[in-house]
Amino acid sequence: MLPMTTVTAFSHLLPGLLAQAQTFQPPQLADYMRILPELVLSVFGMLIMVVDPLLDEDSSHQSLGTIALIGTFTALAATFCMAHYPGTAFYNMVRVEGFSVFFHFLVIAIAAVAILSSFEYLKVQRIRAGEYYALILLGTVGMCLMSSAIELVLIFIALEISSISTYVLAGFRRRDASSSEASLKYFLLGSFATAFFLYGVALMFGATGSTNSDAISQVLRSGNVPVLAYVATALMFVGLGFKVSSAPFHVWAPDVYEGAPAPIVGLMSTGPKAAAFAVLLRVMFEANAPGRFWLIWVSAALSMTLGNLGALVQDNVKRLLAYSSIAHAGYLLVAFAAQPELGTSAAMFYTAAYAAMNVGAFAVVSHFANAGEKYVTLDDYAGLGRRSPVLAATFAFFLMSLIGIPITGGFFAKFYVLTAALKSDLVGLAIILVLNSAVGAYYYLRIIVMMYMREPRGEVPVPRVPTAAALAIAVCVLLTFYFGVLPGRVLDYTGQSARQLVTDTAAPPASSAP
Amino acid sequence: MGSVNMESLSPIILSLVTFIPAAGGLLILLIPRRDRDIKLFAFVISILAFVASLHLPVHLHRELGPFGFEIDKVWITSPNIHYHMGIDGISVWLVVLTTFLTPLCVLISWASIHERVKEFFILLLILETALIGVFTSLDLFLFYFFWEATLIPMALLIGMYGHGRRVYAAVKYFLFTIIGSMFMLAAILWLYAKTGSFDFVVIQHAIRSGSVPGFENASLWLFLGFFIAFAVKVPLFPLHTWLPDAHVEAPTAGSVLLAGVLLKMGTYGLLRFDVGLFPEQAHRNAPWIMVLALIGIIYGALVSLVQPNMKKLIAYSSVSHLGFVVLGIFSFTTAGLNGAVFIMLAHGVATGGLFMLCGILYGRRHTYEISEFGGLATPMPKYATFFLVTVLASVGLPLLNGFIGEFLVLSGAFQARPIYGILAATGVIWSAGYLLWMYQRVFFGKVTHEVNNALLDLNLLEKAALYPIAIAALVMGVAPMIWLSAIDPAVQAALAPFTQLASKVVGQ
Repeated sequence: MLPMTTVTAFSHLLPGLLAQAQTFQPPQLADYMRILPELVLSVFGMLIMVVDPLLDEDSSHQSLGTIALIGTFTALAATFCMAHYPGTAFYNMVRVEGFSVFFHFLVIAIAAVAILSSFEYLKVQRIRAGEYYALILLGTVGMCLMSSAIELVLIFIALEISSISTYVLAGFRRRDASSSEASLKYFLLGSFATAFFLYGVALMFGATGSTNSDAISQVLRSGNVPVLAYVATALMFVGLGFKVSSAPFHVWAPDVYEGAPAPIVGLMSTGPKAAAFAVLLRVMFEANAPGRFWLIWVSAALSMTLGNLGALVQDNVKRLLAYSSIAHAGYLLVAFAAQPELGTSAAMFYTAAYAAMNVGAFAVVSHFANAGEKYVTLDDYAGLGRRSPVLAATFAFFLMSLIGIPITGGFFAKFYVLTAALKSDLVGLAIILVLNSAVGAYYYLRIIVMMYMREPRGEVPVPRVPTAAALAIAVCVLLTFYFGVLPGRVLDYTGQSARQLVTDTAAPPASSAP
Repeated sequence: MGSVNMESLSPIILSLVTFIPAAGGLLILLIPRRDRDIKLFAFVISILAFVASLHLPVHLHRELGPFGFEIDKVWITSPNIHYHMGIDGISVWLVVLTTFLTPLCVLISWASIHERVKEFFILLLILETALIGVFTSLDLFLFYFFWEATLIPMALLIGMYGHGRRVYAAVKYFLFTIIGSMFMLAAILWLYAKTGSFDFVVIQHAIRSGSVPGFENASLWLFLGFFIAFAVKVPLFPLHTWLPDAHVEAPTAGSVLLAGVLLKMGTYGLLRFDVGLFPEQAHRNAPWIMVLALIGIIYGALVSLVQPNMKKLIAYSSVSHLGFVVLGIFSFTTAGLNGAVFIMLAHGVATGGLFMLCGILYGRRHTYEISEFGGLATPMPKYATFFLVTVLASVGLPLLNGFIGEFLVLSGAFQARPIYGILAATGVIWSAGYLLWMYQRVFFGKVTHEVNNALLDLNLLEKAALYPIAIAALVMGVAPMIWLSAIDPAVQAALAPFTQLASKVVGQ
């Protein structure tokens, strides 16, 4: 039954496809250059899977981790190469521009730091390294592709690649029931959400006759927006809202974050989220989705409020940070309600700054959690400032950034979003944001108070920070500091690529050689 | 030769003064944990900052334009944020006050801080940079940046090194201040959205020339947005409740800087930004603000009168004194404003000194209860002398620094409305009452508790910390013109829009 309906549904496309087949040109070198980072990451991911059985479990941690790390660095270099080939590739499916290059960098860097902070963690938790690192790399392929795909179907496939890797990664602490619960919960709800997204894509196709964001934008801009397009926007927003854990699609986040391995939480609270935000920016602004304003307005207000109120009563640091990430998704969504150009730029900066501080915070948490993630409650952090001054100081720094205190990236991120909101006359959202920031300050402060102003409890051990984790944390501290003191260059870059994204929607379609 | 040097120093001196302490704080990170070295290093750094800051008042008169030693560099192009610093006759003394008190804080903490010494002095020096930055910034963004940057070091100083209920006090202080300043941030961003600039001078000019769209309707809210942030900091009644807690629990150095400088951030902000940017709203709202200030003066004094705890008594006396400052500012008279600025400085010196003296006593007896003492003049004569000088300075005895400011503010208040002056004058009487009564109970009579007989008098370090306070109190009282001659032109400039306002009314 199903094949028949599919064929009839797409039958009117056949002439076009046939015409295309006649003028078929094989992809050029430039096309491959435009997905070079994805290729590199895939190769390294598969390489790890091949090498894994050859090594015994103990020695594999170090060597596989190193391969994965080299993979991410090669992919960063590949992103540089890719940046020299702006334009579309593979028959208008992928576009390289400032926007996608930015998110490639961001996502790959997040993966690199997550890998670094996993080195010691895997050993302590006795997790097999092979599939773990391979899945991180392959998941990153999906995230990268999400940021550069301009074809909704490809976006969906990329979304699935990244999501499925994350579902599996969430369950890697398989000796612990909470991790399996996290994985299953994430998987079930996640599949449900992607189905929504796919449904939205289908309806958008029905409404506009295309799944290409440029083409959709042209149709929607030409006036006369069909009702179906509104429904499609709403459905796609549901799917993506789940991925970025914005209210009211956020209920999975605390449980999943609590159960999943801490470095993975660091990854999935930033990487797939950044990619999903990239998609959201594309769908909302580049494709000019109709009726987005109130959807986003309500979701942003709800996310900020529910996230912050939920975080107030948490005693588990991972859960607390989960609620905080819901709140931050809300702050980010405020930018989406602003004018396209300002909003895009602010959102891009926010994702980067948030990634630096949140990955860093989870790197500290995962180091401190110890075997079996025993020490993750607020009480375990009592007196950390006395027992491990450096670790506590860095954690406090990340928390200050999450609050939004000056000299940290979080401050500028929030500030820039607030500016965008006020420039777009979103006084209501701006006030909600400001009030929520004040509420938010309280629960981050609770952790700082615990670390510095309570007497240490003797039984909680503080292991020495291994080199890899120290490196990961140091990178995050430096980046958070950089975003907080000299954000100028990044802001210029995001501003420029936002302008490009918003205004150049009618770019030349052919894959022109550089 | 000398003059050439001075001129080449002029554009960078403010940055130097501002960032010497923080740079020193970062260097302490690298010093191994030998407490004595760290303390010595922190002292040298803070003295260095003080010496550098003395350049400012000495050469300010040579600078042209409303702000001296200006530096204006683009920090971030979009949003349009400048690294714009500059000082006038008001802020210059607040900078010097900060750099003057910090070395004394280092000295007074020498013996009392044993644990986590490294962190303590790092926080203290970073706090100093943030405080100086607040007074030197002319870009609203930069100002907000430093304003918020004072928050964490101070909260940590209270929470990590304070006494019994330190965590409660630190969190309360933090939340009060951050919630207040959120409103200011919103107001700053509104101004930026409409004018495209964070620059104080540019925005002020835009507002005065009436080229800000929608300003008429928004000005009241903008005024209040700034006002709430500053009123919490001052603290103005009824937002003062965090202050006694913070003071009582803070370590001595924290209390000194809190009373000496942090509270002045609020009054400075009121004068520079609330009055400077929104003169009409300030004028319109002055009556109820002055009433709040009067309530603060009298209420603070009455509560001080009944405090059994020495430190809390001084904390409430700050509420009372800062009420004078607000009263002076919103009297919009030359005398009132001059007096307000002078009280800021005098209160910084005198109350800072009182907190140091309290801290010294606490180091020996581990209590602030007045009833635990009595007859201390016998075992500690030098201590008693210093205490008397500082108390008299705080009370406002002529020839000491408290008198000048209070006198000017009172005469300003009389000009504005006689009843305000009369009510405020009772505050002076009250303050004599509670401070002298406290002095009598602590120092006069016979030693009532046996332990107090064995109390040691001041040691060398403590004397080194207290002499500058006593000398400053005396010099400021005898030769106030040194300070007022710089303050007055700045105050006149701040008052310029009000004389226009007044002449408008007369003209009609």
